Amino acid sequence: MSDLNFAASPINQSLTIERKIELYTQMVRIRRFEQVALANYQKPGRMGGFLHLYIGQESVAVGTLSLAGEHDHNITAYRCHAHALASGMSMNECMAEMFGKQTGCSKGKGGSMHFFAPDKNFWGGHGIVAGQTPLGLGLAYGLKYLGREGCCLTYLGDGAVNQGSFHESLNLAALFEIPVVYIIENNGYSMGTSQKRSSSYTGCLAQRAEGYAIEWDVVDGSDIYEVRAKTHIAMERARKEHKPTILEIDTYRYYGHSVADANFKKYRTPEEIENYKKNHDPIHVFRSRLVAEGVLNDELIESINKSAKEEADASVVFAEESPAPTIADISTDVYWETDNQTEASKIGHHFFA
Amino acid sequence: MRTLTYREALREAMDEELARDENVVIMGEEVAQYNGAYKVTEGLWAKWGDKRIVDTPISEAGFIGMGIGASMLGVRPVMELMFWSFHSVAFDQLVNNAACVRYMSGGLCSCPIVVRGPANGGTNVGATHSHIPEGMFAAFPGLKVCAPATPADAKGLLKAAIRDNDPVYFMENTLLYGNVGEVPDPADGDFVIPLGKADIKREGKDISIIAHGRSVIHALAAAETLQAEHGISAEVLDLRSIRPLDVDAILATVAKTHRVLLVDESKPFGGVSAMVSHLIQEHAFDELDGPIKRVCTIDAPAIYSPHIENEQLPNPKRIVEKVLTMV
Repeated sequence: MSDLNFAASPINQSLTIERKIELYTQMVRIRRFEQVALANYQKPGRMGGFLHLYIGQESVAVGTLSLAGEHDHNITAYRCHAHALASGMSMNECMAEMFGKQTGCSKGKGGSMHFFAPDKNFWGGHGIVAGQTPLGLGLAYGLKYLGREGCCLTYLGDGAVNQGSFHESLNLAALFEIPVVYIIENNGYSMGTSQKRSSSYTGCLAQRAEGYAIEWDVVDGSDIYEVRAKTHIAMERARKEHKPTILEIDTYRYYGHSVADANFKKYRTPEEIENYKKNHDPIHVFRSRLVAEGVLNDELIESINKSAKEEADASVVFAEESPAPTIADISTDVYWETDNQTEASKIGHHFFA
Repeated sequence: MRTLTYREALREAMDEELARDENVVIMGEEVAQYNGAYKVTEGLWAKWGDKRIVDTPISEAGFIGMGIGASMLGVRPVMELMFWSFHSVAFDQLVNNAACVRYMSGGLCSCPIVVRGPANGGTNVGATHSHIPEGMFAAFPGLKVCAPATPADAKGLLKAAIRDNDPVYFMENTLLYGNVGEVPDPADGDFVIPLGKADIKREGKDISIIAHGRSVIHALAAAETLQAEHGISAEVLDLRSIRPLDVDAILATVAKTHRVLLVDESKPFGGVSAMVSHLIQEHAFDELDGPIKRVCTIDAPAIYSPHIENEQLPNPKRIVEKVLTMV
């Protein structure tokens, strides 16, 4: 359990009772959504591909994105469901995307790893480990270029820290003074390989920032108050000073790297998983906090849980009843110019048989 | 008409687009204070300053990815690769993020970037610096590719590329930068050449030589020799744009001459000429009086030796010899 002082930080003191309930509700919604997604993934013929679950990490997306204002953007890797929902996307469009339906956020063209909502400042959903880290840098570059006071929260896993594109991004972020906040969601495992077996480091992964003269901090992800308190400092540094930060948020995933990860109980002990569930689960920790604060009671907890489950179940019905893409849909959304039938799109052949 | 070098024409295109749209940014290694490794961007930093002309570290995956991200928000980066050969260190950004982000987002994102720089052999710099990837990138739906041969085309196509709302990969040639050609005066109006429009660089009736980039210059030289020494009238069609591709112009020249030689600085396996050959056999089979032939770069990594590299590449002599086996 982390220091209670984080609850006393001004950014958390400013939380109203309603807002606290909202944060808790968002975490519960994300978990119920993914549990329902998992149940449907396991039924034949409903979803294809991979399913990378976020369960156990909810405080990270909810805590950090609760601080995002009009000009704050975010982008993440393939474990993207939580960031999508926390950015304000609906369960319906997300579930339908996983079902590969036309009504999905990406019209069934992206799948579980590629949710997008630029209108909500959420830029995906990216499948290649660390491939999104230069894009987040670019979004932040764009904010600065366009004169908007904001930042880009750019999430990556602990397995992404050894990719070259991330290191190139860090160098550019510091060199060009870009308002980007890199958030390493450290769940301890890059797929099936533990942090100690995959990374060489001094102290912690975020400390690598020192080599690039970038500020860094480590966060206990089980405490949403700590997540918010420390992320707020980083975001203000980005917005006001155009300085990047690396935050390493310690967290844990209950399930495998993806549902297809058959060994997820082999590279970790059952005791390790149980310990996290019992003592560090971010939803349980926050719930206890809010009960102690008198914000939540049993009745409210049950009603939040019930609504989240019902919303998730309804999203399955919506997804099931939605139409699949057509063969003609395969060839749209390839080029802006052809989609918009511009003059340029009418010159020469853009597609080949 | 006034003349410019190919290099000056590219510079003028960028200068005009910088003036037209405040969101256009030139980025790349040595493009600003050094004035460009090949002096294409010379003077632009002095005129436009740090915000618009940005020197980047040698960090292609980083700065190209950064440009892609910025473009999603409305910035329009024009990024120089000192050599297109360096695409390999930024490949994930170039083909996964730039080419696919629109599709994977169901059309919610767009990526209006230009990546430009030289893509050619012939300068004795060895295999790592002599890749010619236009066919490879044209194979990725979502990308556009062009390869101008003349100063006028270089200017007009680069302006179209910068205005295009999709990623355009613009392949230049270090051996063309100094070439001089007529380019319309800006005082006579905005000079833009649309992507997807081929150009007949020389009319002929006996055989069609279809090429792009520097191979067009070789084809024109070969056509002179063929006419003067062998009485063969060769038509030279410059594709200019690889994707979108002017299929109609290709089929029209085939229907006119009934014989086709494709000249392509790529290697023979796959590539632009392989695709053009396929299109001709599928859509103009009955027009052909003989098999389609090709002059490509000899199928090996680019040789260094200044004594022999020119023979590995398409050149007027190899084109003339090949045509003489066909007509």
